[in-house]
Order: sequence, then C-alpha cells, then structure tokens
Amino acid sequence: MADQALRKAPLAGRHGGSSGARVTPAGPATRLALRAGSDAIGTLSLAFGLELPQRPKTSASVTGRHALWLGPDEWLLIDENGADLLGIASGVSALHSATDVSHRNTTILVSGPDAAAAIAAACPLDLGTSVFPVGAAARTVLGKIEIVLLRTGKEDYRVECWRSFSPYAFGMLVEGAEDAGL
Amino acid sequence: MLLIYCPYCEEERSELEFRHGGDAHVARPTNMADISDEEFQEFFFLRDNPKGLIFERWRHIHGCGRFFNAARDTVSDKFYRSYKAGEPKPDIPGVTTATEKTVETYEATEGTAK
Repeated sequence: MADQALRKAPLAGRHGGSSGARVTPAGPATRLALRAGSDAIGTLSLAFGLELPQRPKTSASVTGRHALWLGPDEWLLIDENGADLLGIASGVSALHSATDVSHRNTTILVSGPDAAAAIAAACPLDLGTSVFPVGAAARTVLGKIEIVLLRTGKEDYRVECWRSFSPYAFGMLVEGAEDAGL
Repeated sequence: MLLIYCPYCEEERSELEFRHGGDAHVARPTNMADISDEEFQEFFFLRDNPKGLIFERWRHIHGCGRFFNAARDTVSDKFYRSYKAGEPKPDIPGVTTATEKTVETYEATEGTAK
C-alpha cells in the first residue's frame, strides 16, 4: 500500500500538435495572483525585480520571471525558475494582496508557424502582430474555459489555464494545431 | 459575434469575455433603514425594460474583470458606447430614449382582454 502521496504534473507525458504547431506541457513554475493600488506599484516592482506593467495587454519579463497585466490593479506573476514569489511579496510593507496560485494553474506551450492559428481555433482574441505583439498578454477564453495568454516569441505562446481544465485545454489546442496544419 | 469596447482594456473584445450586469445608474438609497417597502421595491426590483436605448452595467469577467457601463439598443443590440463605472450617463447623439407612445405596450396591442 502506498504510504506517501506523489505530486503528479497535470499534463505529464502528453504531447501533440502538428508539423506547424507544437503543443507541449510546460515545466512547473511558481505563480502569484497580485492585486495592488497604484501607490504600491513602485515598491512591489522593486521587490520583484521587474517593472509591473500598467498598460492593458502588456507584460514585463526578466530571466524567466514574468509579470502580466490582467486588470487595472491586477497582475499574474510567473517564475519559471521556481523562486518563492509569495516570500518576496510578504516582505513588502506597501498595501497589496498576494495569493500563491502555483498549483492552481498549469501552462501549455504552443509554438511554431501555425501557433496563432492553433490558439485561434478556440480563442476569440485578435493575435495579429500589430495588436498582440511579442510580450503581449491577456486574460481571455479558450473554448469553454478561461485562459491567460502570453506571447513569448514571434511564434511562441504560453497558455495558462487552471489545472483541472488542462486536459480540455490541451485537447483543444491539439485539435486546433491539427486543423491549422490541414 | 458582438464586439464590445472595454474602457479599461481600451479595445473591442469578443462578447464571450463579457457578462451582463443589469441596469446602470441605479442609486442605492442612503437612508436604507428608513424607506418604506414600496420605495425599497422600486429601488430593488422594478426596472423599465425600455425598447431602444438602455444604459447597462457590463463586466469584462474573462478579461480585466472590471465592471463598466454601456449604452445599448435593446432592439438592434448595437452598442452605442461604453464608459467607465462612475462616469455620468453620456448623451448619445441622434438617439432618444423610448417613451410610452413609441413602445408597443401589451395594452396597446392586446387590449385589456376583458
């Protein structure tokens, strides 16, 4: 009988896509849902080591750490190196709210020349380069679920979704990638 | 698909990202404990349901999460404009609010059914 609980990555071992768009689960990361007023932005930016973006659909990235603008006082922070984001936030005295959502979310990476078409199969957001350039980020929908989309490169996207929805999101993106390759 | 302008995201986004939030500019009485049941009913339950121009609250729930107000036509579903919560009711040029004379009421079309 198993006497210990093993933590399994929600999409472990999955792979898919087409010749034009590769769909792969991303490695683990720490994530923080951050809310703060405009007076705390400076202090928080200093603590996290990146400038919290204040314009819609923008993000800031420094060596594997991303800050995504979600709303006028709301950000999603992602650290791919597993840094203790909540620990950093707890050391900031300026008024803010921070919630660790590292294990609530999981990430799917979509890359390749058909990546935008694969996502657009179920996402209504305009992914054109002029309105959604590299570094753009937005909370939006993918089929029936909510996602947070970050464009990390010309043909690379990071799709953040809740872990319990991840098989749906993965299946949807794989279908989209196959359709885009036809 | 309807495109709705979000004043916080400063662009048009798909209707799939939004949720309707009922009538806008409904002021909550400041003396809630003192008002009569009829006055409370008026504030809490009764809405106009106009034909034509209406001012509504909308929430960009799958986007920035913010509530904002929008002027919409209930017949054509056209969004005249949207504006941030807290801003006054805007004038929509060329559009007038519906009156009892311009609306087909039940009494006018069906009679009193006596």
